[in-house]
Amino acid sequence: MNTGKGLFIIVVGCGRLGSYLADKFSGAGAGVVVVDREERAFESLSTEFGGFKVEGDATEFAVLKQARIAKADVVIGATHDDNVNMMIAQIARKVFLVPTVIARVQEPRRINLCQALAIDSICPTAIAGDLVLKTLEQASEKGQDGGHR
Amino acid sequence: MNTLIVGGGKLVYFLCRTFLSKGYRVTIVNRNRGECVWLARRLKATVVYGEGSDPHVLEEAQADGVDAVLAVTPNDEDNLMVCQLASLQFGVPHTLALVNDPDNEEVFRKLGVTAAFSTTGLLSSLIEQKAAFEDITSLISVAGGKVNVTEIVLREGAPVIGLALADLGLPPDSLIASILRDERPIIPRGVTTLRAQDRLIVVTLPENHGRVLKMLTGDVT
Repeated sequence: MNTGKGLFIIVVGCGRLGSYLADKFSGAGAGVVVVDREERAFESLSTEFGGFKVEGDATEFAVLKQARIAKADVVIGATHDDNVNMMIAQIARKVFLVPTVIARVQEPRRINLCQALAIDSICPTAIAGDLVLKTLEQASEKGQDGGHR
Repeated sequence: MNTLIVGGGKLVYFLCRTFLSKGYRVTIVNRNRGECVWLARRLKATVVYGEGSDPHVLEEAQADGVDAVLAVTPNDEDNLMVCQLASLQFGVPHTLALVNDPDNEEVFRKLGVTAAFSTTGLLSSLIEQKAAFEDITSLISVAGGKVNVTEIVLREGAPVIGLALADLGLPPDSLIASILRDERPIIPRGVTTLRAQDRLIVVTLPENHGRVLKMLTGDVT
């Protein structure tokens, strides 16, 4: 996979999703900056990670500038806090005019607000929930013997 | 006036008390159950327990009927979301947010919050005003900062002492509206002569504000 090759990508939040994406982008040849307010979070990155790490709270404007947000092609909000992700996504999109911005939002009730604010969001809860429903639906279609495997 | 305050602590308690004394209706949203009980016992306000950036909680707090929302939690991101949710999904006309990072004042306004203010910004501008020129007090700024009204004390040695107003050569769009001399107000005319210890009430525009102050006090700012 070479998603992100040649792009400058900022990943905010170095948890499971953030570190996963940062490693993938870095491996694909993107310029990557990861931001997290806990230095320990960077331990989740692989040893091959070749990007930059910025330790700081991304709701602080100066920290986003330090991550060189004005030059970013892509900004991804992947902290554990929906509101932080949505705030950063908006700052990236509306203040710094970053072309591609995605906020991870855990709470499905916030999807409407993301749409109203014109920010792209991904809701893992809704995705997983829909998958479960779809799987159950397929299982029940397969017959009445109970198992589908 | 019907207001909704999201946040906690002494700030919310006193804010709410002030609003109630002005006859406003107040609803408080707070995410700490114990604090909700404490607030509800002491204030004649509706207290709703929950996360203010959750649409269901704002609905329960009847945000669709309020005139203004104040978001004063300690977290900038929560305050932003409360304000945006209130204005976009509940049609609240005025939203005010407290921000920690003074840089976020401008950012929040760009993102549609009616007014964002930081304690840091307020305090530091107060201190700057006092420290930079003790003799100059910014009284009010009218029309969203388009007109400034400033009070200036003329010290001995100020370059304009002894001159008549007509001879000052003040730039257009500026005015010495009043002079307080020995505690007595004077509405000056072109022939009025300035004296040391006069307190001038000066009306300026932001474009000529600095120049006018410098002409009157002689200070370089």
